[in-house]
Amino acid sequence: MNTAVAEVRLDDCLLRPGNTNCGGCGMSVGLTMLGRALAGEHYSMVIPACCGIVAAGMYPTTSYNVPVVASTFASAPAFAAGVAAVNALNPAADGRPEHVICWAGDGGTYDIGMATLSAAAERNENLLYICYDNEIYGNTGGQRSSATPAAARTTTTPRGKGEGKKDIIGIMAAHRVPYAATLSIAHPDDFREKIRKALGIRGFRFFLIHAPCPTGWKTEPAESIELVRLAVRSGVFPLYEVVDGVEYRINAEPDGTDPAEYFGRQKRFGGGAVDLEALGRAVADRNRRLQQLAKMT
Amino acid sequence: MNMQLVTGNHAAGHSMSLAGEANRAARGAVCGIYPITPQTEIVEYVARFPFTKGRVVPVESEHSAMGVCIGAALNGARTFTASSSNGLAYMAENVMVAAFYRLPVVMAAVNRTLGPPWNIWADQGDTLMFRDFAWVQFYCDSNQDVADTALLAFRLAEDPRILLPVMVCMDAFIVSHTAMEVELASQEQVDRYLPPCVVPHRIDERRPVTIGGMALPQDTLSQRLELDEAMRRVPDVLEEHRAAFREVFGRDVSGAVEAYRTEDAERIFVASGTVATTLRDVVDECRARGERVGMVRIKLFRPFPRRELRELCAGAQKIAVLDRNYAAGTGGIFCQEVRASLQGWHGADGNFPLVQGYLTGVGGGDVIPPIVREVVADLARREAAGEPLWMGIEA
Repeated sequence: MNTAVAEVRLDDCLLRPGNTNCGGCGMSVGLTMLGRALAGEHYSMVIPACCGIVAAGMYPTTSYNVPVVASTFASAPAFAAGVAAVNALNPAADGRPEHVICWAGDGGTYDIGMATLSAAAERNENLLYICYDNEIYGNTGGQRSSATPAAARTTTTPRGKGEGKKDIIGIMAAHRVPYAATLSIAHPDDFREKIRKALGIRGFRFFLIHAPCPTGWKTEPAESIELVRLAVRSGVFPLYEVVDGVEYRINAEPDGTDPAEYFGRQKRFGGGAVDLEALGRAVADRNRRLQQLAKMT
Repeated sequence: MNMQLVTGNHAAGHSMSLAGEANRAARGAVCGIYPITPQTEIVEYVARFPFTKGRVVPVESEHSAMGVCIGAALNGARTFTASSSNGLAYMAENVMVAAFYRLPVVMAAVNRTLGPPWNIWADQGDTLMFRDFAWVQFYCDSNQDVADTALLAFRLAEDPRILLPVMVCMDAFIVSHTAMEVELASQEQVDRYLPPCVVPHRIDERRPVTIGGMALPQDTLSQRLELDEAMRRVPDVLEEHRAAFREVFGRDVSGAVEAYRTEDAERIFVASGTVATTLRDVVDECRARGERVGMVRIKLFRPFPRRELRELCAGAQKIAVLDRNYAAGTGGIFCQEVRASLQGWHGADGNFPLVQGYLTGVGGGDVIPPIVREVVADLARREAAGEPLWMGIEA
């Protein structure tokens, strides 16, 4: 099992060994998969306040193997638009594209950064925006965000969140961005394919990664990958892509696994007050709608 | 000579755009722009300028306008923008970041009253809220001063000994919207005046660093110390770039302070921005009556020109500071700075001069000669400094 790790060249590691991220961190696995998908490409990253910038470690060292700019919380797409503008004015010597990647959590994407994100999408800035969605303000100890799913307990929704989760892909699709897709760290081939596909598209490209946070979700670190696999199989986190805001394609059909299996493994959904049937119905409704959109394509 | 009748906004837009164009042989120019009265014409000017190698990004907020400038500067471009009042307040977080990232962003700031109440007239409270944000700040008194200082700002900001953002401030409407004869720079002159913009710490994939991650107190302290050293170098470096300005443009651009009839003055009036222009006339009136008075216009607010001020005030017994701004709970901000600069220092007679603050034109009222004459009369009869006096209040 370790052979794959041994084959990885250190130079290709986006997130280098020695970082201090938590065990079972979905964001960290996402960064590793991103680095592999981008091996050999010219790119830099803009990261707002989130676990992603904490992952860099303490000055003057860094865990990142590419240039990284830390932005203010709401500003990643604006900083990145500035970086990308200069890239466009100064083509690389080898003529190959220099990608600019925003790597942001759900707080920086769904909440405080929403206006900046919307504006960058509307201007169709030439950026890859990747939201690793751990459905919580993880960095500050686990408060609700508008990405926190209904019924999840957080430090600011101690009795479970009453509201549902924003449909961020729907919001991005409504901007008619050239490409928007979900990614799962339990589906590395799909992850890689969609990132590679996006590299061939110009303009604003948006990705949503389901990123387990064992600390916030009250789950076992060793189960992180299994959990997000369950989320795909049960339809809680469907894998799909949207081209130009209208062409929907489902990349992995749910296999009929009961969403309760996904919810039941996480203590954040514990406490007895969670209506698993209602959660399951909401998942089914959303997937029916998604299938209709895919059929229309 | 290219004399034209233009507004302060036009002067700022013209100079900043030519500066951006001058970087076409290097990494180009990038501006994040967002409108707000009364600076809108500046960003409109920039938006229609036909840059050879530049991009103007029309963003959704001032916060992002500065964000674009920061990202572009970190990638080595020459960057500039403009804003005013509540727009600056909204931008504030990124204003601070530009300085702490040591980026030579230049911003034209049209001083407008912070709301509420909503008021578009001149008051310096907006840019003065950045007094501790590590930007170099100039307060201009005329359209020509704006045109020239906007060019000087790039030389200073991008100087490797400085590497700090620079704010070029002007009074709303009195400068921004009033047309005056201005000698506008030509592209050829600006090309000669401004060397290519080099941001030495710009991102580079051959040297993958993380800019702006976490740092322990000791490292943060070192960075603040370096910033302080850069700030301290500003007055001398500014003089070098003024000399270079004279060579290229054949005229002077005003420096940190401007002294007017201060030789032998017993009483000195200190002001900034356009209030100084009215003061000049009133000083002339007083001099005609034989009164030994003079004026000091403070143009450079950050770093504060302590040394220059002490030299100019050496013979004065009384000093009046006219502030078109008000910091609740303390008074005029320039007055506090003047007092702090003179504290512990004694004039020619061995005494600490009396320093009295006057709040003039707060909220944008015109600071007309009768108001300034009241200040002159009050200072003449005053024997001790007191609380700041509110001027121009109609009975």
